[in-house]
Amino acid sequence: MNSAATPTQQTNSPIDEIDRALIQMTQHGLPLTPRPYHTLAEWLGIESGEVVRRIERMVADGIIRRIGAVPNHYALGYRGNGMSVWNVPAEKIGELGPRIGALDFVSHCYQRPRRLPDWPYNLFAMVHGRDRAEVADKVAQIARLLGADDHGHEVLFSTRILKKTGLRLGI
Amino acid sequence: MADSAIMQTASTMPLDPLEQSLLNDFQQGFPLSPTPFAEMAARLGVSEEQVITTLERLQQRGAVSRVGPVFRTHSIGASTLAAMCVPETRLEEVAELVNRFDAVNHNYEREHRLNLWFVATAPDEAHLQQVLAEIEERTGIEVIALPMVEDYHIDLGFDLQWT
Repeated sequence: MNSAATPTQQTNSPIDEIDRALIQMTQHGLPLTPRPYHTLAEWLGIESGEVVRRIERMVADGIIRRIGAVPNHYALGYRGNGMSVWNVPAEKIGELGPRIGALDFVSHCYQRPRRLPDWPYNLFAMVHGRDRAEVADKVAQIARLLGADDHGHEVLFSTRILKKTGLRLGI
Repeated sequence: MADSAIMQTASTMPLDPLEQSLLNDFQQGFPLSPTPFAEMAARLGVSEEQVITTLERLQQRGAVSRVGPVFRTHSIGASTLAAMCVPETRLEEVAELVNRFDAVNHNYEREHRLNLWFVATAPDEAHLQQVLAEIEERTGIEVIALPMVEDYHIDLGFDLQWT
């Protein structure tokens, strides 16, 4: 199996049991009550100030990317959802990746290992658009940005969502 | 749940200006003050109750999946994107088998020779490898693991570009 060759991503997360409980409680959203942190604090049996401090710490540690409204792109008419995959020179990916990741129509941008000979792509960028034509147009923008460093790319459109659930912590 | 809403919403839904603003302008920087909805209301010139009921309505209609923290999945435990090349005739059966694993939290069919793409997350690397090996063994199809090496995205939300 390929996966044995490169270890999958793992970070030692500096979180304790209360953080885990807080993540479990909020991964499907904050309570829509006038004082949501107070509501969470009551559920957890801690002070609301501590709830906020823990959230702030998880933001600082990068465990929380952002806090806000999470739109359902698909329901709002963004039906394109194309996973674009790119073969770019390994020695330049550190410079190119952040430029692609900063584009406003790219929702995820990762370096991943190549699996040669079948899979030469080392840069993944999830592109959103209202339809496939709009996604194709945005993929062309990425190709122009990469120029000669685009050694080949493909766009994989999703045809079906077979499963989509929240974050699981295995606890 | 978000997935049922995705399936049921057939066309772009009309949204009023308050709904648009709540969706587009509050994807980040949700206040960490004791009364965040009141703070948003003050900025928008509406009442706290209007903000809360509008967000509830947007959630019910499926326009908003949730209001809250977006977690970086890779920061907790071990996870990977994985792809499989599944013969068309076996797709339903293999997708069902893969979905039965609690470790699998996303699974998409994509138009490619590699047609099944899923994300697996486990408390640690050993568990994760065990899940991937078990899927391989039970399906007889190679599982290509493509774990994240580097995250290049700065997540500022997504501009919905109302037109």
